[in-house]
Amino acid sequence: MSDVLAITEHRQGELRDVSSELVTVGSELAAQQGGALHLGIIGGDVDAFADELSLEGVETIHTVDHGDEFNHDVYTQATAQLFGAVEPSTLLLPNSVNGLDYAPAVASTLDIPLVTDAIGISRDGGLEVTREMYGSKVETTVAVDADVAAVSVRPAEWEPTTDAGDPSIESFDADIDEDAVKSTVTGFEAVAGGDVDISEADFLISIGRGIEEEDNLPLIKDLVEATDATLSSSRPIVDNGWLPKNRQVGQSGKVVTPDVYLAIGISGAVQHVAGMKGSDTIVAINTDPNAPIMDLADYAIVDDLFDVVPALTDALE
Amino acid sequence: MKILVTVKEVAEAEDDFDIAGLDIDERYLEFDLNEWDEYAIEEAVQIKEDGDDVEVVSVTIGPERAEETIRMGLAKGVDRAIRVWDDAFEDAGMLDPKTKADLLSAVVEAEEPDLVLTGVQAGDDSFGATGVTLAESIDFEWGAVVNALDLDADAGVASVHRELEGGIEELTDIELPAVLTIQTGINEPRYASLRGIRQAQSKPLDLHELDDIGLDDEALESPLSRTAMYEPESEGDATVFEGSAEETATELASLLRDVGVVEG
Ligand SMILES: Cc1cc2nc3c(=O)[nH]c(=O)nc-3n(C[C@H](O)[C@H](O)[C@H](O)COP(=O)(O)OP(=O)(O)OC[C@H]3O[C@@H](n4cnc5c(N)ncnc54)[C@H](O)[C@@H]3O)c2cc1C
Repeated sequence: MSDVLAITEHRQGELRDVSSELVTVGSELAAQQGGALHLGIIGGDVDAFADELSLEGVETIHTVDHGDEFNHDVYTQATAQLFGAVEPSTLLLPNSVNGLDYAPAVASTLDIPLVTDAIGISRDGGLEVTREMYGSKVETTVAVDADVAAVSVRPAEWEPTTDAGDPSIESFDADIDEDAVKSTVTGFEAVAGGDVDISEADFLISIGRGIEEEDNLPLIKDLVEATDATLSSSRPIVDNGWLPKNRQVGQSGKVVTPDVYLAIGISGAVQHVAGMKGSDTIVAINTDPNAPIMDLADYAIVDDLFDVVPALTDALE
Repeated sequence: MKILVTVKEVAEAEDDFDIAGLDIDERYLEFDLNEWDEYAIEEAVQIKEDGDDVEVVSVTIGPERAEETIRMGLAKGVDRAIRVWDDAFEDAGMLDPKTKADLLSAVVEAEEPDLVLTGVQAGDDSFGATGVTLAESIDFEWGAVVNALDLDADAGVASVHRELEGGIEELTDIELPAVLTIQTGINEPRYASLRGIRQAQSKPLDLHELDDIGLDDEALESPLSRTAMYEPESEGDATVFEGSAEETATELASLLRDVGVVEG
């Protein structure tokens, strides 16, 4: 009853990074709880995945050989059964898009509390989870008054574990009720192709909701022209249909690593940052000195983009 | 066919704010319709417009203040609205996804919708869990982070795209009745017309207290409680250019030249 069970993630034949990050947070937590870390691998090439995840800090890997890809009904059932067998005090799940699709169902089936999108977890007596609110402007701690709980973990928040370990690998025979599987994954589709590949650019000028209206876009396009940069954006600009999908930077868009990423009127939400934090030099223009993007920026101008951008275009022409 | 849309009024913090106790001081909060719910409302209204005999009902857990936001939904084409609130909420702790799902389950039981649309997450606390928790509680099928929806009501199937990471979408068929959590960008939310706003004033907006939905104070007990809120320590060490727009722009221009991404 002091163990940790973490469920890993894979897609189209590959483990997702969050899996080895879960090993890091899971083994830290297991040590605090005085228990062991168990990993669950559900579906896909479970033996190959188990080999890859034989990492330091993992005591046991449970493989559930059922299906190739993620299906939330299968994952919910298999996770609940693994939970019953391992009897952990904390269940860790990824706060990925697929995590959003089954973590709440698992917690609800097991009737245990769920705290999502953790950026910190500790158990000193009770379980305490750190998470953000108000678009990353504040952090909060949430105390969980229960012996057993589920926590979903923010991807890319913990370092991955890379050192090899020697866990025992056990095949777990989950009893999946196929009648309760009422959703079918029929395929995958890659979106966001097209004329430009923003991930190839050396200099990205990226625009966010601070631009306010589509009619203001020429202001940015003038700057892009003057600098020979490539134009990209945060999600709302694409959602609004002002720029095509292939211009979107972030979790559900492109991951970019230019020499310079100039973020104009972008707050720096976690899903945006996921796509640009690897840029060499990050520059932010934002009226809000506390915007989360400022934590990432190497250079910043705290001012109105409608004043700074035309001045910058002038200075560069 | 009946569609239930969950609608939350969310708080947004101003640039400068103070924290009072466990939350941002209300003076620095602005309240608005949750961005994701705006897309869920639009999706429901479009299904109504494309089909015959579709009713769209919205449900909001929120204080009286939320009625203005609820009326926005009515003005955009929602037929009627339910607001769940009770004096007991004033002293309640954290409304976690499970607590909200219990409240919403009671409404689902009374309304018997074929489809429930929620937003992927609320912009303020970003739990992203209420919709799927609700689905599991009421024994509906579900799909999270849906950015395309093709409904075949006769066959009882929703064919959806789920937006995964890295520009990949998963194509999934989901049996109805179902809860779908709607992602931004799935449609183009309309602005309310003047006529819509006028009509909204006379559309039903019913208050349901705990008693009315067969629950009592116990429904508000949650194992989760917020114990602290603080501004994260800035990890940044940005060089901030100071001065007028012309001055800062000049400094940035020479930086860009130094780095070598612009010529000159
Ligand atoms: C599952 C999921 C996936 C997502 N995927 C992505 C993704 O791939 N990419 C992405 O970007 N987002 C993504 N998001 C959305 C993300 O959570 C944010 O909503 C989004 O990134 C916000 O965009 P923004 O910074 O442009 O807007 P906001 O957060 O509204 O920020 C606007 C900024 O502009 C500043 N500003 C306003 N006016 C001015 C002015 N005149 N001058 C200067 N500054 C000004 C403000 O201070 C603010 O900081 C995703 C969300 C979810 C739930």
